[in-house]
Amino acid sequence: MSVMLLILLLLGAGVVAWVSERVNTTLPNWIALITFIAATLWVLVIWFNGPDTSGLYADLNREWIPRFGIYLHLRVDALSLMLIGLTTFLGIVAVVSSWTETKTRHGFFQFNILWVMAGVVGVFSAFDLFLFFFFWEVMLIPMYFLIAIWGHEDKEYASMKFFLFTQISGLLMLVAIVALVWINYDISGVLTFDYDVLKKANLDIATARLLMLGFFIAFMTKLPSVPVHTWLPDAHTQAPTAGSVILAGILLKTGAYGIIRFVVPMFNEASREFWIWGMSLGVVSILYGGYLAYSQTDFKRLVAYSSIAHMGFILVGVYSFSKLGTQGAIITMIAHGFSTAALFMMAGALQERLHTREMSKMGGLWVRAPRMGAVTMFFVVASVGMPGLGNFIGEFLVLIGAFQKSVVLTVFAAIGIVVAAVYGLSLMQRSFQGVPNPDVPKVHDFAFREMSVMVLLMIALIWVGIYPQSLLQMTAPLLSGLIELPS
Amino acid sequence: MKLATMFQAGLPYLVLTGGLLVVMIGVAIKRTHAVAAVLTIATLIATTLSHIVAYSALGDGAVQIDSMFKIDGIAYLFNILFLLAALVVAFLGSEFLNRRIRFKEEFYLLLLCATLGSLVLPAAVHFASLILGLEIVGISLYAMIAYPEKARPPLEAGLKYLVLSGVGSTALLFGMAMIYAGSGSMEFANSLPSDGSMEGQYFYLIGNAFFWSGIAFKLSLVPFHIWTPDVYHGAPSIVTGFLATVSKGAVFAVVFRYAIEGNVLDSGNVQFALSVIACISMVIGNLLALLQTNLKRLLAYSSIAHMGYLLIALLVVESNSALGYETVILYLVGYFLMTLAAFGVVSVLSMNQEQELETIDSIGGLLWRQPIAGAVLIVSAISLAGIPLTIGFFAKYYLFYAGIDGGMWTLIGALVVGSAIGIYYYLRIVFTAIKRPLDDAEAMTGLPWTGLGILVVLGLCILALGIYPTNLIDLIQNVVQASGF
Repeated sequence: MSVMLLILLLLGAGVVAWVSERVNTTLPNWIALITFIAATLWVLVIWFNGPDTSGLYADLNREWIPRFGIYLHLRVDALSLMLIGLTTFLGIVAVVSSWTETKTRHGFFQFNILWVMAGVVGVFSAFDLFLFFFFWEVMLIPMYFLIAIWGHEDKEYASMKFFLFTQISGLLMLVAIVALVWINYDISGVLTFDYDVLKKANLDIATARLLMLGFFIAFMTKLPSVPVHTWLPDAHTQAPTAGSVILAGILLKTGAYGIIRFVVPMFNEASREFWIWGMSLGVVSILYGGYLAYSQTDFKRLVAYSSIAHMGFILVGVYSFSKLGTQGAIITMIAHGFSTAALFMMAGALQERLHTREMSKMGGLWVRAPRMGAVTMFFVVASVGMPGLGNFIGEFLVLIGAFQKSVVLTVFAAIGIVVAAVYGLSLMQRSFQGVPNPDVPKVHDFAFREMSVMVLLMIALIWVGIYPQSLLQMTAPLLSGLIELPS
Repeated sequence: MKLATMFQAGLPYLVLTGGLLVVMIGVAIKRTHAVAAVLTIATLIATTLSHIVAYSALGDGAVQIDSMFKIDGIAYLFNILFLLAALVVAFLGSEFLNRRIRFKEEFYLLLLCATLGSLVLPAAVHFASLILGLEIVGISLYAMIAYPEKARPPLEAGLKYLVLSGVGSTALLFGMAMIYAGSGSMEFANSLPSDGSMEGQYFYLIGNAFFWSGIAFKLSLVPFHIWTPDVYHGAPSIVTGFLATVSKGAVFAVVFRYAIEGNVLDSGNVQFALSVIACISMVIGNLLALLQTNLKRLLAYSSIAHMGYLLIALLVVESNSALGYETVILYLVGYFLMTLAAFGVVSVLSMNQEQELETIDSIGGLLWRQPIAGAVLIVSAISLAGIPLTIGFFAKYYLFYAGIDGGMWTLIGALVVGSAIGIYYYLRIVFTAIKRPLDDAEAMTGLPWTGLGILVVLGLCILALGIYPTNLIDLIQNVVQASGF
């Protein structure tokens, strides 16, 4: 029940925020901020109360459309809870990062942010495939609005591309879902969209392969992995800061979540055959994403391409079919959410101050804004994979897991960490170090508002980095259900 | 069959015809717009409500009236859908007539007549009743399309529709004659050639080729779609809304009857031809819609694609007729709501202007200039694209389910490709509506409140059924089962 209430809280707050625009233009911001803080506290309470005997934090199963055996089935296990926590927490970051950025229609802006988050919470907790697809699509429309209304110069192209990529791959997934349900109905005579039932569907391997691909393509597009990654740099570059934070921090994770939750457990045999493709795509994404990141001159675009590289590690980890690899992928999801959200917030802050994202027009900013410099340094180093910070744990576990499966691919994936250091440090040098650019006007350094969220993000990354056990032991009981053949 | 039962089952038709006569005599005595409008709306509501009384006459199964009509629950569902659509057209039409037209009252006569024709079709099980219903709808529509007497485009559109629809009807009649030559019967149920001779088979096939060509004209399926954009464009938007929904839905209702009663889809040739038509309609309709800059033309091409989608529901009838009926009814409910909403927005926005809204650019920033109409247009476009939270998503889901149930993978492929292309131009409408309005864009004020109210109702229905379609789905399923499928 508690998840449904959380979703309804976000949806309701969205409407209230929209309406409150008439009273005062900053009121929507406050409503959204308070909602996200409340939601985060709520998640923390559920977290500390601990799971019930079956390892679940919440479970709700109500009839929705009995004609097709569709249920409103929301369930929160450890994996879902972590990602929901990440979602509500990054909600705070998103609201704070765009506090002064939006100049028009504040209410509708916060409405869209709250509704995207509601959709994402639904995605992370739906255990009915129809419901999952429903939320999967629901989160797109507000995101489209965020990019299309408040985006930068090329927003029409970017928002359209984003929407088309995700929609078309989503259609493939819909066909796969309906086909799976229908085949299961044909075999067992039970018409249901329930995750647990369909997981045990008795498919022949040829069908399973095709259906698996339908799901995989949808999730791969959202992740994104090479070769369907091209929407991401455009969408990120054009999106307003809050949009980028949500997109990189959370929306990409829905793709990773889908692979971990649906593709691998539901089509286990077919996925096991597929491992070499999954891992290779991951490695290619790591290297190609890193290479492209290095060649960017646009601050935001560079961070966007680096996301592709980091998401490659998730593919490598999941398709290693080892417990360590999968745990590494999950930790990477969380840590990347924190570090990239911070970097995109920085990109947004720079654009607001300098009116450009071009790094050639920056240079030597550290002198003028030392707090911004230090913060950027911290998150760049985190994203590069410095031990002691979250990203390192994730990528390290992925590499250990993958090593047992394929040494060659692991070696190439490990090279990706070196590439990350190259583009990460070059980002730092080109924007914050070097000779100050004389054309740059005075830069306001981060004030309390921005510093407070940045400090929160830092604490989160350090926590994941030095005490990953707290997360690992939560997900450990789930792993056998996620990566092993159903008995 | 007892006479009393027949009259009870036919009550909606009697009420509608009676109301039609009252409106006609009323107009003949004294021309008063308000009276005509109120009488029309009252007639439509009374006819809708009379289905409740009539439904008990059906018992289980259907009431057969002569060999011409078979009235069952499914026919009633279609009827109610058409009547509600006609009601929306009457409400929006009254505002349109008030502001734009000098001679207003005949419009209502034509509307009631066309509605009566469309009510005949879902119950028709005989070629004679088919052509009767089709021509009542068609002839009323010729006049409705050309209704604004002074403007040139509506006249042109009316004439075009007259000629081409006439050609379509001719093909249809000729096809019926050939089928009759093969089988010796005009009833759907006996339309298969009786003696199994080679000659009979040829007549049957040629007859069906002509028959379905005529139907494809009426449904504007590729390659018989040429008239559609011109007529949709030229006609007053509210009439276009009626043409795009009720007249199409009624034809679908009757071909479903023909396909099921006559087992037409047992013929592999007919099935193949329909599959090909469905595929090319989905793909070409959507592709041509991409190129449009005129909103009404865009919607015309998109309706071609939607008719192509609906053929999937028709084709599944061969293996699972209950699912076919469920799919077509649910899809039509969704399609009616979103199409009426889209044309309704165009109509309401154009009411204060000499010329109807033309280009997509003219709705730039609509959400900020006229929030109600803008929001409804966006909801309608999102629904047409088949995205969740709207009824359009469930409609599309039903098609996928039906297609997979029938194992029609090629059609599913075409549906995916078509929908993917479709998203692009529907989103263009959404993007145009939400973008920052030009500085010289005039604020849209003084729009009629009834019109906006109707639009809000349509928009809310799209959303409500998109979130909780359970009751609607159950209703349709129960009625389809009660009708003996």
